Amino acid sequence: MSATDIPDASRPRGAKPGTTVVSRGLTLSLLLVSTVYFLFPLWWLLVSVTKPFGRQFSGNGLWFDGFDLFGNIGRLTAQNDGIFWRWMLNSVLYCGIGALVGTLLSAMAGYLLAKYRFRGRNALFGVILAAVLVPKILFTLPLYLMFSGIGLIDNPLAVLLPSIVSPFGVYLARIFAAQSVPDEVIEAGRLDGASEFRIFRTVALPMMLPALVTIFLFQFVDIWNNYLLPAMVLSDDRLQPVTVGLVGWNASHGVAVPAPLVVIGSLISVIPLIIAFVSLQRFWRAGMTAGAVK
Amino acid sequence: MRPTGTAEQTAAAPKPAVPPGKRRGRETALGRRTLLLFGGPFAVLFAAMYVAPLLYATVSSLFVVKRSGLGLAPPTREFEPLHNFAQAFGDHDFLAGLARVGLFAVVQVPLMLGLALGLALLLDSRSARAKGFFRLGAFLPYAIPGVSAALVWSFMYSSESSPINHLLEPLGVHIPFFANGAVLWSVANIVTWSWTGYNMIIIYSALQTIPAEVLEAAKMDGASALRTAWSVKIPAVRGSLVLTTVFSIIGSAQLFNEPAVLQPISSGAISSTFTPIMSAQAAVAAGNYPYAAAQSVVLALAVGVLSFVFFKLTSRGENA
Repeated sequence: MSATDIPDASRPRGAKPGTTVVSRGLTLSLLLVSTVYFLFPLWWLLVSVTKPFGRQFSGNGLWFDGFDLFGNIGRLTAQNDGIFWRWMLNSVLYCGIGALVGTLLSAMAGYLLAKYRFRGRNALFGVILAAVLVPKILFTLPLYLMFSGIGLIDNPLAVLLPSIVSPFGVYLARIFAAQSVPDEVIEAGRLDGASEFRIFRTVALPMMLPALVTIFLFQFVDIWNNYLLPAMVLSDDRLQPVTVGLVGWNASHGVAVPAPLVVIGSLISVIPLIIAFVSLQRFWRAGMTAGAVK
Repeated sequence: MRPTGTAEQTAAAPKPAVPPGKRRGRETALGRRTLLLFGGPFAVLFAAMYVAPLLYATVSSLFVVKRSGLGLAPPTREFEPLHNFAQAFGDHDFLAGLARVGLFAVVQVPLMLGLALGLALLLDSRSARAKGFFRLGAFLPYAIPGVSAALVWSFMYSSESSPINHLLEPLGVHIPFFANGAVLWSVANIVTWSWTGYNMIIIYSALQTIPAEVLEAAKMDGASALRTAWSVKIPAVRGSLVLTTVFSIIGSAQLFNEPAVLQPISSGAISSTFTPIMSAQAAVAAGNYPYAAAQSVVLALAVGVLSFVFFKLTSRGENA
């Protein structure tokens, strides 16, 4: 830490001067230890899936031992007439449709809150923020009873309707709309005689697009994560999402369904999410930065 | 570009009822039709899926399910507003669940956020390399749904084939993941694994907003990296620490997926009333919905009070 370090002041962050071998080594080893912790269960899952069927729980589990990945996928597909893939399709449909419609609703409501002034606006935003803070799981039980009252049990709508409402999505959309859509552009649209909705659709929406991807992703994972609601409102296993289906298999203690199939199904069910995360990292960080700074 | 001051005159929508003095210029007045068009769909669904269930739960918690002696007639509901709450506060299992979740929050939240803060500071330090790799590695568990994470960890904990115990065997160590005293911390580990990276990214994002000049000034004053982290960086990310703490407290109150997945293989260490939500589920399974609703209301109030107190305490510190 001497005055000779100053010349890098123009772009100091991420630069290396001023660090010692010891500090670099220590930082690196601490980060490595934590990464081993975070990745080791996933590594175990990956290794287990490639092992010949039935050897999933033998050995130390951390290194490959024979290879029968495709045979394992075949067995998974054969179980209960391929219901696993049906579950995957259900999950993708629930999350895809729910997140798509939900993102659109959030975008409209967030744009409204960011760009218009009306009576009750602050109260409305307060209610939405409060809803973010109420544990979401508390809505599940009354929703279940309300849906049984109107005969929506075993109906995909019972999963979709609650899923498309996202107070957090509106919160993010409001921040992003305020940041990315200049008032002047809306004003110019009005002078051209465009209706408010047309301005939103043709001008504001494209400007908000990166933000909308972020909201879509958050909501997609949120719906995929919601286990209790679909578990309660869907008893027909052909309608269930993959999380509910796999937990059902797991609860059979390997009697009705061999335990290795749960391992194989678990890995395959998280692959789409991992791909989405790795390829769309930029959008995740945008959403979380907005949450952190505001 | 038009000056923003003209927005008021050119607003196409009818004049609103808000007195002109309240206008703030950059925003635009609008008519009822536009309001309904943009906000209507969300408002209707929000009312149906958030407000209605909350009201429904609160109202039903005030009723009591009465069954006739032989159970032949259908059960009836009677209005007895305090009955379910009195029952909840006398219910040993429910109170034990609340206390368990409270203990969980007191231990797990500081541990997880301490870890997240530490990792964020390490990543932000000048000594770090391969930042992208480490950031992704820590964040990846968040991509795994809670239920799937619990399934994967249930294999890690399995009494027959735990790879962790397999590795520790040569050292003569055996971790009893499902022992009565340990099972709560086995659950805490899953939650920590899932959420540390998420919280780390939030804190790391806040660290990135510290102006380079501030860090440079600290360095010129001769502050060490540790000293800078303690006196400059941590105070600067205070806001995101408060935010992540509140969200983590709310998360602890919702604890359900992880213990529910581990329950069948826990040989009884995880009871059906292990957490307040599981307790409410058990009441539903027993056909006593009003009691489940009352338990949910108690839990929601506890979370609300805690979050409020926490916000108050931390914001007072900020003003001082």
